[in-house]
Amino acid sequence: MSEGVQQLEQLDSYQESFRKLESDSPETNHKWLRKLREDAFARFSKTGFPTTRMEDWRFTNVSAIAQTRFQLSRNGHDRLLQPSEKFALAGSCCELVFLNGRFAPELSSLSGLLDGLHIGSLAEELKRNPGAVEAHLGRYLDTQRDPFCALNTAFVEDGAYVHVAEGVAVEKAIHLLYLAADEGKPSMTFPRNLIVAGESSQVVVVEEYVSWGCEQAFCNSATEVVAASDAVVSHYWIEREHANTFNVSTLRIEQARNANVASHSVLAGGALVRNNVHPVMSGEGGECLINGLFIGNGRQHLDNYMLVEHASPHCSSRQFYNGILDDQAHGVFHGRIVVRKDAQKTDAKQTNRNLLLSDDAQIDTKPQLEIFADDVKCTHGATIGQIDENALFYLRSRGIDERAAGQLLLVAFAGECLGRMKTDAVRVHIEKLIGHQLRQLNADQKTTPKAVGGEGERNWKELQ
Amino acid sequence: MNLLEVKNLHASVGGQEILKGIDLVVNRGEVHSIMGPNGSGKSTLAQVVARRESFEVTSGEILYEGKNLLEMKPEDAACEGVFMAFQYPVEIPGISNAYFLRSALNAIRRYRGLEEIDAMDFLPLLKEKAKLLEMDDKLMNRSVNEAFSGGEKKRNEILQMAVLEPKLAILDETDSGLDIDALKIVATGVNAMRSPDRAIVLVTHYQRLLNYIVPDRVHVLVEGRIVRSGGPELALELEETGYGRLEASVGGTRVSA
Repeated sequence: MSEGVQQLEQLDSYQESFRKLESDSPETNHKWLRKLREDAFARFSKTGFPTTRMEDWRFTNVSAIAQTRFQLSRNGHDRLLQPSEKFALAGSCCELVFLNGRFAPELSSLSGLLDGLHIGSLAEELKRNPGAVEAHLGRYLDTQRDPFCALNTAFVEDGAYVHVAEGVAVEKAIHLLYLAADEGKPSMTFPRNLIVAGESSQVVVVEEYVSWGCEQAFCNSATEVVAASDAVVSHYWIEREHANTFNVSTLRIEQARNANVASHSVLAGGALVRNNVHPVMSGEGGECLINGLFIGNGRQHLDNYMLVEHASPHCSSRQFYNGILDDQAHGVFHGRIVVRKDAQKTDAKQTNRNLLLSDDAQIDTKPQLEIFADDVKCTHGATIGQIDENALFYLRSRGIDERAAGQLLLVAFAGECLGRMKTDAVRVHIEKLIGHQLRQLNADQKTTPKAVGGEGERNWKELQ
Repeated sequence: MNLLEVKNLHASVGGQEILKGIDLVVNRGEVHSIMGPNGSGKSTLAQVVARRESFEVTSGEILYEGKNLLEMKPEDAACEGVFMAFQYPVEIPGISNAYFLRSALNAIRRYRGLEEIDAMDFLPLLKEKAKLLEMDDKLMNRSVNEAFSGGEKKRNEILQMAVLEPKLAILDETDSGLDIDALKIVATGVNAMRSPDRAIVLVTHYQRLLNYIVPDRVHVLVEGRIVRSGGPELALELEETGYGRLEASVGGTRVSA
């Protein structure tokens, strides 16, 4: 990533917040942690926020984040909120609620956990068992490459800590709920999660970001997932904050031999959302599914950035992203696949399909393959289109009205992504969210004139 | 009252006139066959009746049960009892065949003020109809027409007709591309639907289907006009002589049904 790109108008504000953080948390002020934060802050101070002149940020302008004076959210759980049953995930094994970035035990439920499953807040774990955290925290996330990863690391303080012991299978989902509540001024939070899945273990983690209020907020989260050999990990990331929110997140997955990881991202809310998914397949025989769905309307900007690193032989990765964009929404799919020199027999596939429901909706889709091995299979494809008029007429000719038919086709399109989500309770939860979201789009579509293709004409534009 | 009455129908697509004055009357209980060479306008006629909006009707009218069909949206025509079996059935990934059919049936039932059928009650009905068409149950849970063979797609159209029980069914080249076994199955399905309350219009290029579904009336469509009408023997005659002679005579006589 090239340097010399400065967008740090509010540097003094970040410096002030950083000093405050250091003096505020003496009990977790371990030497290694201080160094981790300080190095990261120095890095961020040097680079500033990325600009669209940088290849990885070509389609996403973050100047609105850079220009706003955000305050580090400090008053975590001193206010009582009705704990939001409306946000609960039915069928989960436990709920961890984070209020403005801080763990809120009174809103969480952590009872009756399996032996071998350890869950809690990162802040607590840093006090109780700093060695376990030190072994992994910050070892995988690339603070050099991405200024937001550096910024998150500079403000590491709280988040979720999940540890699954060797051979333990946790079948029900662990629900991590990040609730952003109004604080009377634009606030920023830096959730940091560490998920360690031991050898041959199994775990499902759902990160969900929601709002309580309507104030401007900036959430910059990072999650490190460490999947030991033969571990099976499913990670879900759901963004449904209000339309005044900036959310930049990074999921960094470290996969050992034969580990099987699935990452599912659902981008439905937020004003400007950037979701980075960065698996590194370090051991042989790993499998990685990166599945995503983004649904935008109004002036939402939803950016999906994938960096899939094949670092060992015989690994396979699958990326499937579907986007539905209405009004003036702008979507981005940037799918980068890197196959290292030794990663022979790599099998990597990438598919991005997009539906544009209005003339002003926009999608930038960009595959980027960097292959340094010679015996690999890598394919990519992207499509952009409107609702298929043939399919619409077919449904209508059977008595289904235009609105319901359009709705069915959108649900079916989103359903391709939902079908890959194998945890039933989570899929049902997401289906409900999506159904609600799609019904709103459809209402708009009725008033938007759209091009009608002639008979037999393909509505998909192949972009390969 | 006639079930369907087409009067001097002219229709164009992309500014090109395809139908140049069609007159046709179809009554309840009748089976009609519309035959003609490729490009004569058979499919256009079927799709105009099914209310495909990409065709522009420039003059003439269509009365269905005395009502102006051209004012109806496709879904309203379907709810009123019009059904077209597509020449090229559309694949719809992500919607199961069973769900699609139940949604369609319930849309029609709602329109008619009937109670909706739930999944439990619908399944036996679907199975019974599928059996008639020798369709594998597995096809019901697969996405609509996706990865169906050509024959399975055509049978799926007839299955939809059997479930939706239209008053007027137009089968647009449902026979094309079928082997003889599949053709017999489709014909059995269609014959089972013959009833004094229902009319069926078979749009076909070949006489072959008419060996199994014997029509009451046969019409020959050439260059956007019906040039001859007659009984089932007309189909046999065409099989002998081909369309060539009729095509040569276009512009001379116009015969209405």
